Formats: sequence, C-alpha cells, structure tokens
Amino acid sequence: MKVVIIGNGIAGTTAARYIRKKSQHKILMISSECEFPYSRTALMYIYMGHMKWEHTKLYDDQFWIKNRINRLKDHVIQINIRNKKIALQSGNIIDYDRLIIASGSQSNNYICKGNSLIGVQALYHLQDLHSLEEKTNNGINRAVIVGGGLIGIELAEMLSSRNIPVTMLVREKSFWNNILPEEESQLINNHIRTHGIDLRLDEELEEILGETTVQSINTKSGTNIICNFVGLTIGVSPNISFVKDSELKLNKGILVDSHLQTNIEDIFAIGDCAELLSPDSGRKSIEAVWYTGKIMGKTVASTICGLPTEYHPGIWYNSAKFFDIEYQVYGYVPVKDPNTDSIYWEHKNGLHSIRLVYDKSSSIILGFNLLGIRYRHEVCEKWIKEKYPIQNVIENLSLANFDPEFYPEFESEIVNLFNQKCNKTIRFSSSRSLDLVNQFLNT
Amino acid sequence: MNQQESLSISSHQLSSSLNTAQKFSLTFIVIGIIIQLLYCIGSIDIQPSIILATGFGFIIFGSILYSHYQYKGKTRGIKNDKVWFNSLTNRGVWAWALGIFLTVFYVLLYWFPQYLGHSDNGNNSGLIKLFDPLSHLLKGKPTSQWFVYGVLYTLIILLLGVKFIYKYRHNRYQCIRTLSIIFFQTMIAFLLPEILISLNLPFNDFKNIWPLNYSFFYSWHIDEMLQNGSFGIFILIWGILSILVFTPILTYYFGKRWYCSWVCGCGGLAETAGDPFRQLSDKSIQSWKIERWMIYSILVFVIVMTIMTLYTRFSGKAEFLIFNSYQLSRWYGFFIGAAFSGVIGVGFYPLMGSRVWCRFGCPMAAILGLIQRKKSKFRITTNGGQCISCGNCSTYCEMGIDVKSYAQKGQDIVRASCVGCGICSAVCPRGVLRLENGQLDIRERGIRSSC
Repeated sequence: MKVVIIGNGIAGTTAARYIRKKSQHKILMISSECEFPYSRTALMYIYMGHMKWEHTKLYDDQFWIKNRINRLKDHVIQINIRNKKIALQSGNIIDYDRLIIASGSQSNNYICKGNSLIGVQALYHLQDLHSLEEKTNNGINRAVIVGGGLIGIELAEMLSSRNIPVTMLVREKSFWNNILPEEESQLINNHIRTHGIDLRLDEELEEILGETTVQSINTKSGTNIICNFVGLTIGVSPNISFVKDSELKLNKGILVDSHLQTNIEDIFAIGDCAELLSPDSGRKSIEAVWYTGKIMGKTVASTICGLPTEYHPGIWYNSAKFFDIEYQVYGYVPVKDPNTDSIYWEHKNGLHSIRLVYDKSSSIILGFNLLGIRYRHEVCEKWIKEKYPIQNVIENLSLANFDPEFYPEFESEIVNLFNQKCNKTIRFSSSRSLDLVNQFLNT
Repeated sequence: MNQQESLSISSHQLSSSLNTAQKFSLTFIVIGIIIQLLYCIGSIDIQPSIILATGFGFIIFGSILYSHYQYKGKTRGIKNDKVWFNSLTNRGVWAWALGIFLTVFYVLLYWFPQYLGHSDNGNNSGLIKLFDPLSHLLKGKPTSQWFVYGVLYTLIILLLGVKFIYKYRHNRYQCIRTLSIIFFQTMIAFLLPEILISLNLPFNDFKNIWPLNYSFFYSWHIDEMLQNGSFGIFILIWGILSILVFTPILTYYFGKRWYCSWVCGCGGLAETAGDPFRQLSDKSIQSWKIERWMIYSILVFVIVMTIMTLYTRFSGKAEFLIFNSYQLSRWYGFFIGAAFSGVIGVGFYPLMGSRVWCRFGCPMAAILGLIQRKKSKFRITTNGGQCISCGNCSTYCEMGIDVKSYAQKGQDIVRASCVGCGICSAVCPRGVLRLENGQLDIRERGIRSSC
C-alpha cells in the first residue's frame, strides 16, 4: 500500500514515523517548503543566531533513508479523487492508496491600504524567514508588528535581538488576554516593555503608507509611525487553497470525523489544516498547535495501519516563551469563568507566576497556568484527569515542580495563600525527588 | 501625530552604550598586558612584584568589569544571540586565529619552553620571568613553565568563570556549579599544592585522580610518596580510594557530573573558557562511534601502561610479552598526556568545541561514563509531551549528544558521555529537560512514552 502525505510539518512527519513503526507501507511526503522536515517553532532561533537551519531538522538525514520514508520537494496543485492521483507543479502525477493532508496553515492577511508594499510580511514559512533576513540586511530602521499573539511576540524578540527598534500594535487591552487571565497578561505586558519594546495596547493598524516600499503607518487612533518594516502577525488559518475545487468537504479547514477521515474514504487530514466535526468537549475544532499536530499524526497512523483509532487528545497542554519567560499550561485555564476559582501567586520580580484553577462547587482541580516555572506534565495531567481536590494538590504541589536543582521553590507561598483564602492549616512539605514522583505516578 | 520613537527605549541604544563600557573595560586589560610586556622586554625596571600586582590587577579588574558590562544591561535569560554569526564562535577567521595561537602556545609549553623564556638554570626571561615574583612568594623558587601554565590556567578559570556566572545569573544550578569549579581549581589544584611544596611536602593535586593523573603509579611517584612518611602514605591511600571507592559511590548517586562538570580541572576550563565554543561539537552518529572507539581504547592503553609500570617496579623487568613499560609510558605521555589533552584538547576549542579531550580521550571520563551508563541514578528526564524539537539542547550540548532525539520521543537520556553540565536544560525554551538523581527508568515509571 502506498501512503502519500502532503506536507512535512510536525503532523505529517509524525504520521510518517508511526506508519513506518507499524507497517511496511510505501511512504511519500511531499512539501514545497523544504526538503527536510524541520521545527517550525525554532525559526526564530535561526534568525537570532542561536542555531543554523540544519540544527532545527527534526531528524538527521540518515533517518529518512533508514526508515524508507521518501521525500519529494514539489507543490501539489490538484487532487484527482476518483483516480486517486495527485497533480504536482512539476507536471508529475503521483498515485496513492491512502492520502494524508497535513498542509498546515497560512498567515492571515490584514486587509488595509498598502498591505502589499515592499517591507510588509508575515512569519510562518522558511521563505518568510529568508525574506526577513534580506530586509534586515538592507536595513530596518524601525519595525511595526501588528498583532498580539505568539508569532507577534516572537517576531518582536527576533527583531530586537538584531537591535532593531520595535513597536507592537495590539488590538486587545492587554497582551494575549483572550487566552491569558488578567494578571498573567499584565505580567507579560510589563516584561515586553522591559525588553525595550514600544508596546501599544488597544491599538490597531489603519493603513500602511509608501510608494513601493513602506515609509510609515497610521494607526486607528491617528498616530503616524515612521518605519520601513511591518510584520503582520494576526493569526493563521488552514492552508487548503489547493483543495478548494475538489469534492472534499471544507469549512474553515478540511472537515474530518473522529477518525480524522475526510468525507472521502482513504483521505485523511491532520494538523493545522484539519477541522474536527465534533471535537471533544472543551476543545476547539481547529487547534493550530504543535502538540495537537503530533497527536493527530500518531492517531492517523494507527488508523491507516489497520487499527481504527479515534482522535482524543486528552488533557489540554501547551507552552510558549515570551522573551525570557517560559509559559506552560495544563488543563482548563479560563480568562473568566464564574464557575471556577483560582489560587494565583506572583513573584515580586515579575518573572514567575503560578495559577491553580479549580471548580468552585466541587473544589476539583481543573488547570495549571505557569510563567517562569516548570511543572511536570505527567503529574499535572494525573491530578486533572483523576479529579483530585485542590487541597490534595496543594499539599503535594512540589511533586509537580520541574525546575532545575537548587532553584528556589515557591510552592510554600502557594500553600500560605491557600490557607489564607480557604481558612486551612495545611503544612508544606517539599517532595521534589523523582522517586516520590514515580511513587505517585504508579499509584 | 508624529510622537513615535520617543516612547521606546530601543535595545539598539542600550547595546551601543554597552559597547563603550566594554571598550573601557578592555582598556584596563590592555594596560595590564602592556605593563607586563614592557617589563619583559626590559623597558621598565621596577620591583617585579609591583609589576605583577599592577599588571594582573589591571587584567583581573578589566575582565571582571567587561563581564559585568557584557551582561549587566541585559535581562536575565539565555544569551545566545548571534552565536552563529560571530566569526569567533562559528569557526570564522578569529576562531582559526585563536586556535592556531593556542596550539602554538601548547607546543611551545610542552616541547620548547625556552621560547617562552624558560631557562633550566633559573635565569628566566620573557613570559616565564614575569611569574618569578609570584613563584618566589609562594615557594621561594624561580618559575618553571608549569608554574606559569598553572597560574594562567587558574586565572582563566577564575575570570571566565565569573563571566559565565554573569551570563547564567538567572540559573542557580549553573552559578553553584561554576563556583565549585572555581573553588577546586584555585584552592585544591593551584594553591594547596604550592603550599605543600613550600612546606617541603610532595606536590599533590588531591582531585586529580588516576587514570586522568596517569603518572600516579609511576615508579618515581610511588617512591616520592613512600619517602614522605605518613603524609606520603596518605596521598597514596587517598589516590587509591579516590578511584576505587569515592568514584563509584559518587557516580552511582550523582552521575559523572560530580567530577566532570563540578570538580575536574579539564572540565573546569571547558566549562568556563570553552563555553563560547560548546555548540561546535559534532553531533553526528559517526562521531559518536569514533568517540566510543577512541575513549575505550585509551582506557585500555592507560590500564596496560599502568600495570606494566607496576610490573617493572616490582619485578625489575621492563619487558613482558610484547610490552615495554618505558616505551609505553613515554608514548602515553607524548601522545595522550601532552598532544591529545593539551594541544588538541584546548588548542582546538574554537574549531571542534570545548570537550574534545573529555569526549574522545579522557580515560577517567571513560570509567565514570561506564558507571553512569550501567549503574547510576543520574539521568536527564523529559517533561511529558512538551518538546517542540527546536534543537537548542542538541546544539548547545558540548559532548555532542543529540539530546533532541531523546526529548522529542519523551525518553530519558542516559548516556555515558553526559557530563551533567545542565546547559541543555537551561537553553530549553519549553521546560522539557531536568537533571535528576532518580532511580527508575522511564519505562518502569509507568509513563506513556509520548509521541
């Protein structure tokens, strides 16, 4: 059987790897972006000089030969569903028995005057990085970044690593406040500003001015900012233009059932480009997240290898890094939800915070939101999955601490906060050792 | 309208002001070097101790000031910006220049010390003469080239250790580890042996363990220990206990790191002076193969050589089967002791990374690695499914371990070569890696190995 995968991002690559683990199928991955799968999330580090592109390759070059996973650098133009064939830009036609579409996302365009001037770009592909590098070499005197999401803040960090002054226009009243609760969002606002970024909240782009290249921009509030670079980072949406005219059922993305199968038998869609018809409760129908792509790739591989498997990603988790501050989230952390309450602690240096979210009526732990502190995935997941009461979690909180040795432990302060808030007298006991964690995980 | 730019304190302005401060600091270093050079060529004729104090005073003050200004204005966090754009840290012209300079220095030091100003009759000149006052102060003797090397080595670990602490000031593990390195180099490796000599006791570096200290069981060294009464016997017993008792126990509980990245002098230099070059280590599977062949061959070599020298001492015969103990120890000293650990090990820092000797050559590392791999609690654990395969961990692993290949599969990292420096964990942007002293392997922990 021949499996063809369109896209070599993390979803497609993971699918290929697991299909090889479980079967002897022929595997072909097609991508027009690059020959070797790499870590898209690491693009920023290439620009900042932490790594070269080669360092971000997911596997060494021998891996693909050893695992007989063929790769093709080409662009898919059309899928002929009836004949099970794919037409490529090079003119070649490829047939398949099973097709996995993992074509990822594309950057959303900002509709305004001047959005196609030279100096305006998004950041998603390797090609975007090359174009950013070229513009940097030509000289960027000031950059304006539009959008307050994860790519926006990454782009701000990248540009300031090259000593380029950055202005960030964020539509919301506080950074990423549709995801982060107010305190955390505020903490990140401050952190962005300590890095010399001119962060302008509650502000939007009106128009971009210039003849052929960007000369300045006007904001909606009427400010003119002289700049010769505009980064548009207002989110991404499924990259599905090449299947627009096919029989595949589409909405925002390619619609898939719980087995990640499209409306056509033998065609599957995974990763950013897939839209779930019936996502698990609490989950979104499109989740353009690294981890989701990985789990989808693993799931679809089982199905294709003869073990039909439903996609259930389990407890939500995600991570990011905002300049120097690492961010981890496990479970349900709402911006606002009257049915939940939380214990929130923040270090006075503005670099660390911990939030434990629990159900108001049942006191069951629902989620963890962490800035500048590392928590163990497995421990948090077990607490949430097995519905531990908040008090029990607090008592054993240092089981979850994953910070390096000798780091200060802030868990005792959380215990104090909890005691105050709930009138309890819990005593904190440090238990950060791996052996205790093992004991807990194995009970 | 038109109110931009005033609002933002751009990092551009910050960094250009830093450069001035750094240039200011560099001036101190240059003045210090000039004072000493002038003295060496005989242009100034003052008390050597004054020259030494002021010269080194300027250098130490300048370089600490430099480190301070390099990181002071920056926020606490990982500072790897532009590493791969910099000629010095990306095998550019400056890297080659430094590599050649260091290699030449080591060649002169080992085989042609007269060109550094060393004279057998104690009538030193040039670089060596500069250290005479310090040598007289410490032990009342003129300088040997080894004393000069020891002072420079210690000074570099101290100064670049301070720089490293500034760089990683947000990371307590790195700060404490580096303080330990500085302590063991300045006190145990440098000062204590000098004090011993001044007390007419035999020179001994108590943390330099056989087989890294390959001459420990040489006949002349055993004689020296036996001739020095109870203190000599203490050194002998300490040396034997170090390798047979302390090493296995400490490695069982803490892994190889208790020695390689906390105590050892070679490791100390690699972690401080070598830190800017850690990303240059080769991560290919091929080099991992070469590493295993080389390091265990050298371990066998040092064991055979040591057994032969002991055999010669007790039997009086130099030859056994095909081996000749004198030849073996001469070859070992030349090829491994000098050429490999010194010339290649340090001289090639800017080209092959900071741990070439530790990874491919050190027989002590081979023993520690075997214990770590087979019987130790130490491991690096990964945090569930949080890895984004970015590659920072592998890139900054000085031992050339492809950390990412484990992390992205959610596997523990148990590798003989890992020295536990903790940089992979530090540079990870997603909080995935942790150095642990825990008993159980991930498969026994009942954790789903995530995708």
